[in-house]
Amino acid sequence: MKEKNWKEIPLGGLILEAGNAEEYDTGSWRTYRPIRNEEKCTHCLLCWVYCPDSSIIVEEAKIKGFDYGHCKGCGICSAQCPVNAIEMVEETKFNSKKEGG
Amino acid sequence: MEKILGLTGDEVAAEAIRQINPDVLAAYPITPQTEIVQKFSQFVADGLVSTEMVRVESEHSAMSACIGASASGARAMTATSANGLALMWEICYIAASYRLPIVMPLVNRALSGPINIHCDHSDSMGARDSGWIQLYSENCQEVYDNLIQAIRIAESEEVLLPAMVTLDGFIISHAMERVEILEDEEVKRFIGEYRNPHSLLDIDNPVTYGPLDLYDYYFEHKRQQIEAMERVGKIIEKVGKEFGEISGRSYDLMERYQLEGADLVIVAAGSTAGTVKTVVDQLREKGVKAGLLKIRAFRPFPTEEIVQVLKNVEAVAVLDRSVSFGAQGGPLFLEIRSALFEEKKRPPVVNYIYGLGGRDIGIEEIETVYKNLERIADSKKTDELVGYLGLRE
Repeated sequence: MKEKNWKEIPLGGLILEAGNAEEYDTGSWRTYRPIRNEEKCTHCLLCWVYCPDSSIIVEEAKIKGFDYGHCKGCGICSAQCPVNAIEMVEETKFNSKKEGG
Repeated sequence: MEKILGLTGDEVAAEAIRQINPDVLAAYPITPQTEIVQKFSQFVADGLVSTEMVRVESEHSAMSACIGASASGARAMTATSANGLALMWEICYIAASYRLPIVMPLVNRALSGPINIHCDHSDSMGARDSGWIQLYSENCQEVYDNLIQAIRIAESEEVLLPAMVTLDGFIISHAMERVEILEDEEVKRFIGEYRNPHSLLDIDNPVTYGPLDLYDYYFEHKRQQIEAMERVGKIIEKVGKEFGEISGRSYDLMERYQLEGADLVIVAAGSTAGTVKTVVDQLREKGVKAGLLKIRAFRPFPTEEIVQVLKNVEAVAVLDRSVSFGAQGGPLFLEIRSALFEEKKRPPVVNYIYGLGGRDIGIEEIETVYKNLERIADSKKTDELVGYLGLRE
């Protein structure tokens, strides 16, 4: 995204567009990445309920994956998963931090 | 029709706020709060205003409440003094950066310690970089006039910055003077209504105030504030002229007192300007070409206008009622001297620190300053750049 100059932005640091935080990537400093085991997952959606960053992607009541652009790797999803379907894997194990995000 | 009353500076500030009738006034009710808020709370109790008065637990909270109110689209005011402003400090910057036109009378009093409750300008001068407009008042009438104009200036769509109107502690705040008060309706018409273009309560157009603003955009927002402050001078002049049309008292960025053909000029802000005027009159009778440049707007600092006035005079003395420890001189002196630096021909400028902690300044001290200016003008030499008036050496 090209950054705007001082004449192009709203005064006072105001955000005039609701919900545009989604456009701002905040998941870049994650240390651990949640990885879901499709076979174990029962789609109970508890991870979706608990995720503090709304980073569990759900479509038609099924877990589809993680929003790695916003996931901070806190591990709450993994800790509360009743069937241990989510493993926290060190980011260093992946080639790109942004992978999947 | 104007009415003429005998009021103290505090009382006339409260009277102005009554006529402004802000939607919200949030203030700390205990010392260092002044009678301004005490008198105003009586107006609230008597049902003379429709203001929601919020009694908060600190000045930090007072300014925070004003920010919330102003962001919600309310016209918000507060009042404070000295250490109260110091406790408000952090939030003053936030009010300015969110571009909220909060207006606040500030009773200029010394910052402790040692503990002192009397007049000097160390409180407002310390806040000079907070992004607030600053208007200094010479007497009770100016306190009233400046407060009413400050609403228009701060809320101007080209500005949207908070403004403080200062009055010297005790010297103005507790001294009763003859004051001309406008009709309530006249003030109401003059200030108009405050319309926040981005009200938090406008649910059809949701807005976020105060998001994180890091290295990618903070600088750009500061640049916007600089730009807004640069526009204030013209608005002060415009509003000052329009105020003259309804009151007979026009205002400018500064007052030029006997500056026509003046050789020796004192620059001062606040009540001391009145004392200087007396000395100027006496000296003029004796044929000494003395003059006074009275600072009204310190923020924004009217550099261009001041240079025009001062560049051709013989010698200038700047009176500072505050000190900037470790600096070359007082804050006003630094501004004036720096403003003249670009001029090829410029007068010598000296500085006098005076009146700290309410130390009285009289005609005799001002006379000494003009005598020194005369000597500097004759000899073309400044022995001492910074002197202290009324200090026991």
